[in-house]
Amino acid sequence: MAMIEFKNISKWYGSFQVLKDCTTQVEKGEVIVVCGPSGSGKSTLIKCVNGLEPFQSGSLIVNGQSVGDKTTNLPQLRAKIGMVFQNFELFPHMNVTANLNLAQVKVLGRGVEEATEKSRALLTRVGLIDHAQKFPGQLSGGQQQRVAIARALAMDPIAMLFDEPTSALDPEMINEVLDVMVELAQEGMTMMCVTHEMGFARKVAHRVIFMDRGEIVEDAGKDDFFGTPRSERAQQFLSKILHH
Amino acid sequence: MDFGFLTQPAFSGGGTYLDWVFSGIKWTLLVSLCAWVIAFTLGSVLGVMRTTRVWWLNLPATAYVELFRNIPLLVQMFIWYFVVPEIVPKALGTWMKQGMPMPEFWSAVLALGFYTASRVAEQVRSGIQSIPRGQTHAALATGLTMPQVYRHLLLPMGYRIVIPPLTSEFLTIFKNSSVALTIGVLELTAQARTISEYTFRTFEIFTLATVVYVVITMAVVVLMQLLERRVRVPGYIGTGK
Amino acid sequence: MFSNFDFDVIQRALPYLWQGMLTTLWLTLLAMVGGIVLGTILALMRLSSIKAISVPAGIYVNLLRATPLILVIFWFYFLVPIAIKHISGDSYAQGIGPFHSALIAFTLFEAAYYCEIIRAGIQSVPAGQVNAGYALGLTYSQATRLVVLPQAFRNMVPILLTQGIILFQDTSLVYVVGLTDFMGAASKVAQRDGRLVEMYLFAALIYFILCFLASYTVKRLQLRITPPR
Repeated sequence: MAMIEFKNISKWYGSFQVLKDCTTQVEKGEVIVVCGPSGSGKSTLIKCVNGLEPFQSGSLIVNGQSVGDKTTNLPQLRAKIGMVFQNFELFPHMNVTANLNLAQVKVLGRGVEEATEKSRALLTRVGLIDHAQKFPGQLSGGQQQRVAIARALAMDPIAMLFDEPTSALDPEMINEVLDVMVELAQEGMTMMCVTHEMGFARKVAHRVIFMDRGEIVEDAGKDDFFGTPRSERAQQFLSKILHH
Repeated sequence: MDFGFLTQPAFSGGGTYLDWVFSGIKWTLLVSLCAWVIAFTLGSVLGVMRTTRVWWLNLPATAYVELFRNIPLLVQMFIWYFVVPEIVPKALGTWMKQGMPMPEFWSAVLALGFYTASRVAEQVRSGIQSIPRGQTHAALATGLTMPQVYRHLLLPMGYRIVIPPLTSEFLTIFKNSSVALTIGVLELTAQARTISEYTFRTFEIFTLATVVYVVITMAVVVLMQLLERRVRVPGYIGTGK
Repeated sequence: MFSNFDFDVIQRALPYLWQGMLTTLWLTLLAMVGGIVLGTILALMRLSSIKAISVPAGIYVNLLRATPLILVIFWFYFLVPIAIKHISGDSYAQGIGPFHSALIAFTLFEAAYYCEIIRAGIQSVPAGQVNAGYALGLTYSQATRLVVLPQAFRNMVPILLTQGIILFQDTSLVYVVGLTDFMGAASKVAQRDGRLVEMYLFAALIYFILCFLASYTVKRLQLRITPPR
């Protein structure tokens, strides 16, 4: 059974349909890249996975649990799925270590000492152990995003969601974040990434999903997608973002 | 200007006019501080209630805010003092009129506190709502429950953001405490007027009262700036200047 | 609990209350217009780079904002007749009643609050706009009048109106100098007929309805000016 399974997901904001009958799945250990023009619904789709965006019809099964089901314990499900946001969303009033510790202590019930040890190990891994006591506002964008990845990893997630993790970064900082993501992918983490970084997609993705106007237009293996995209819309999109 | 009259024995009460001024300052501060306790606690609860999407929390809080901020303070003061004792159960009303100590004072405190709570609620609400939604999403995504998100993220950040507007609400309560003179609380403005009627030193005594208000206002502003600096989040622009 | 209410007393007092309401509305309207005009001048003064202009305006605004409105009303109730006497030389200061001194007090008091609203509004217009104006050859006063103020006022309209609603409520404080505004009228009837409960609740109801409708209208207007995203 797939780890994440979308079946005919549709979502409306008032009368405007943001997701149209989306069906796809993510297997354990798979790395999926979701791309498409802005406003195509890709961020909304990924936020459905952990219930941050409710949807009106269809079904979404994550790790055997139905997200849309009212009886599902969402906090428990979310604790297992890591998420990284476009604007980092570190908590500004807590230092880096406290950011990593918060959910470990409050959600997983780890002791502060155990949590801190875990946090320090992850900060070492993303190369930021020297900044453990700093506040988010004192770090560069790239550093903040690496902290955010470490924060998600501290929960020992079974899958990771990335929502345009490099879009808010200055160009020179993009690679330090992508490097961490590539490493994660190579270790076999299940990942669903909304991103325009086609280099990243070529390197580690198993499949690429192309969305436009709320629809999944293309859902293909990486080589098929970059070799011969079937739809015209995907071809146009690719030619636009690859020519600079 | 000649302030010599201040040390003269007052028309009644045994002390000097300066004693009257100090007594006025005392009542101004007492009314303001007691009312602030109500305004801050009740206003915080109401403000938080208004940020939730739970209708039975949101609706009563919204109704409270609309009711209390759309009626002038003077009218509310009169209602607490003249009307409430008449419309509560008879025994309680009789007690309020005859047994309750300092009825003017407590009416003023309640009126000012409940009135200002509606304004504090709006500040707290807008402070919390100014925190980007992505922050709440990020906290929820780590598995925190909504009450935990309030406890660890929205309230600590929200209160930092609203320190400056809450300072000005406190100063508003401090100035509005003068409305208590209409129901007979002898606070600073009331004392200034009484002294002017007895001594005809209107210019001097009004000047003195104004200076006292300005000095206390400045002291509060400085204190709150110190507090703001203490709780400031390093590298975060949203709080403080 | 309303069994021994006398609703007749309200009906009988309606013409008198209406006169009071007219006073309240006039006072609000005139003080608002005066306050905005004076507040704009003060705001431009405070933003001036010339210290001799900005400092006095700053002192005036901060002084008024630190003083309770009631004390300001007392101040002008005391000062205005003296000033009139001084200017006109007429020792009886004919025709100057509590209405005029209250109007002056409210105008000068509100000006300090309007000044800060307008100053924030002016500062919210990006500096690039002024520079673009200068680059086209506009003078300071042209750039201010034609570029900055129109944009600033458009953003400020809801806040200026909200301040107007606060002013409308605050005018009830003229009670302290015995002026018969709406609240003054209600209070006089209340004491004359010994019907405090009915009159004060009625006054509260009327204020509530008017202020609620006005703030609702302002909120609608605000949504139209800044469309939700």
